[in-house]
Amino acid sequence: MEPLLTIQGPEAMLFWVLAPLSVIAALGMLLVKKAVHSALLLAWVMITEAIFYIAQDALFLGIVQIIVYTGAVMMLFLFILMLVGVDSSDSLSETITGLRPIAITAALGFGGLLVSLLGRATLGREPVGLTVANAPGNVQGLAVLLFSKYVWPFEVVSALLITAAIGAMVLAHHQRTNIRPTQREQAVNRFRSGSLAGAAGLPGPGVFARHNAVDVPALLPDGTPAPSSISATLKARGDVIDSGQFQLDNVDTTVKEEK
Amino acid sequence: MNNAELLLDDPGWIITIKAVIVFAVCVVLTIMSVWGERRLVARMQMRVGPNRVGKFGLIQALADGVKLALKEDLIPAAADKVVFVIAPIISATAAFMAFAVMPMTGPVNFFGEETVMQLTDIPVGVLYVLATASVGVYGIVLAGWSSGSTYPLLGGLRSSAQVISYEIAMGLSLVSVFIYSGSMSTSSIVQAQQDTWWYGLVLFPSFVIYAISMVGETNRAPFDLAEAEGELVGGFHTEYSSLKFALFFLAEYVNIIAVSALATTLFLGGYHAIPGFGFTEQWLGGWFTLIWFFIKVLFFFFVFVWLRGTLPRLRYDQFMQFGWKVLIPVSLLWILVVATLRVISTTSQSRPVTFGFAGAVVLIVLAISTAFENSKKKRDSAEYPEAAEPNFAVPSLPSEITTINVSNQGGDRG
Repeated sequence: MEPLLTIQGPEAMLFWVLAPLSVIAALGMLLVKKAVHSALLLAWVMITEAIFYIAQDALFLGIVQIIVYTGAVMMLFLFILMLVGVDSSDSLSETITGLRPIAITAALGFGGLLVSLLGRATLGREPVGLTVANAPGNVQGLAVLLFSKYVWPFEVVSALLITAAIGAMVLAHHQRTNIRPTQREQAVNRFRSGSLAGAAGLPGPGVFARHNAVDVPALLPDGTPAPSSISATLKARGDVIDSGQFQLDNVDTTVKEEK
Repeated sequence: MNNAELLLDDPGWIITIKAVIVFAVCVVLTIMSVWGERRLVARMQMRVGPNRVGKFGLIQALADGVKLALKEDLIPAAADKVVFVIAPIISATAAFMAFAVMPMTGPVNFFGEETVMQLTDIPVGVLYVLATASVGVYGIVLAGWSSGSTYPLLGGLRSSAQVISYEIAMGLSLVSVFIYSGSMSTSSIVQAQQDTWWYGLVLFPSFVIYAISMVGETNRAPFDLAEAEGELVGGFHTEYSSLKFALFFLAEYVNIIAVSALATTLFLGGYHAIPGFGFTEQWLGGWFTLIWFFIKVLFFFFVFVWLRGTLPRLRYDQFMQFGWKVLIPVSLLWILVVATLRVISTTSQSRPVTFGFAGAVVLIVLAISTAFENSKKKRDSAEYPEAAEPNFAVPSLPSEITTINVSNQGGDRG
């Protein structure tokens, strides 16, 4: 049987260089431990795919693939991964028991469905060929199809996506029970609260000359440590060095001989 | 013959030379613009700026580059080494790629070949620039993540959220250009502007939205929240040193040049002369168009510097609100108006229909702005709950001062 078309010259070279890289990256995506590496490899697979599209004269598809999938969707993935944690690799312990058999059953079912559908698919119609499809120009050809023959599926998909986005927003939304004070109101309140202690902002941490780390409280003029100079987070974590050793009486002020 | 046809018969060696030229233009412009920016900002802040290395300090940036290259290259122990090294490379590579589709001259004679100074002309050239920009952001985000410390991570997070938001506004602002020019190729858009006025005038709201979002897209002041040296030390590049830092530096400036070039191409007639100076385009065998192109690009660069010298950095939530609640809805509405006008003009409706539509749009805009003003007035006049007058211990003044006399005469106020 004659092959449908033979690929020669630069296109063949492009394919044989990028295809292995793409496959390796796809495998790596499944096998690497860190989620960010996985996302990166997936982005690489998407870019190589886009290059293949472009090499096959589907310019618009290739570029849009990079803008939408690599640029927006994968970027959102990365965003979430970073929010979740810098170095958290996926934990393999089951938090909800009994999920594994359900997942395996679902995967098998989906696989079976996919295989049976693909098995039934026929390439019944003769392909019209690129020259005919791209006759009015690649972009124009796509636009004509999208806005005439496929306008209904196109609109349905966009409605579905918008519904999903709004649904996610509704689920994640919570209503404030109080009105958030504006910056100006906060400033007014600081001065009207009766004490000017916090009006100019809280004191910074650290004892100059001996320590200037964020986990060391500042010393007040009378030698007592100022608790308000330490971040509440550090205090809650228990990362603050005991302030007692910084009190003036406890500090060793004798001058030692320099070596 | 249009640009695409001119470019099609380029032999391989011309393409190679052009690629080298595009690269060289980006690097030289970066070096010169670093110097130019420092001098301009200095002038705006009543300083002198770098003036020691070379005439007028011209090769100061080159000296700084050499200094950067000779510095110690540190990789933090907590860093993810592979990604840490790849990140600046992604950033710089993507920045250079965008320049490939910029038409820098009209038809010129290049070593005996009739061609244009444009590396390639693809039908989706403008989208290609957006695509390279979105890949370039990976460099920043990955740099933030791989550094393994808090400030860079915050910078990377900010950058990813910021670029996604502003890329939407940017993409939407380009839509009306596509609608009017009927093309997404950079060279056809330049040609289309020859037939009408510049799109910067015809599609003024798009131009404004693009100009704002291009500053957000390149992480420049007042939108430079990803590096925000006042809050995040250096943001995503805090842990970078030596040549890797230099690559980020390079990428930032090449990006500025690239978005400026895109703005020139889409809104200011590209390489064409300003109206009334069309005769200059034939000078130097057509090469004078290159000068027009760079005059416009450097104008945008000057605005970038001007913004940096003038505006303070936005608070992050204000910045995101501006993107999502102002820029995107406004550009969507504007696309509606442009599309309707386009349909009216292509189906050659009667003049009353056109004027009726334009009048309705103006009325709606007026109504919206009035409502907005009113709500703003209401917000501003909101009463703050009055707390009791605080009683602070104030030291009594040594003598009773009734009037304060400040002499207008004398002194050194001039």
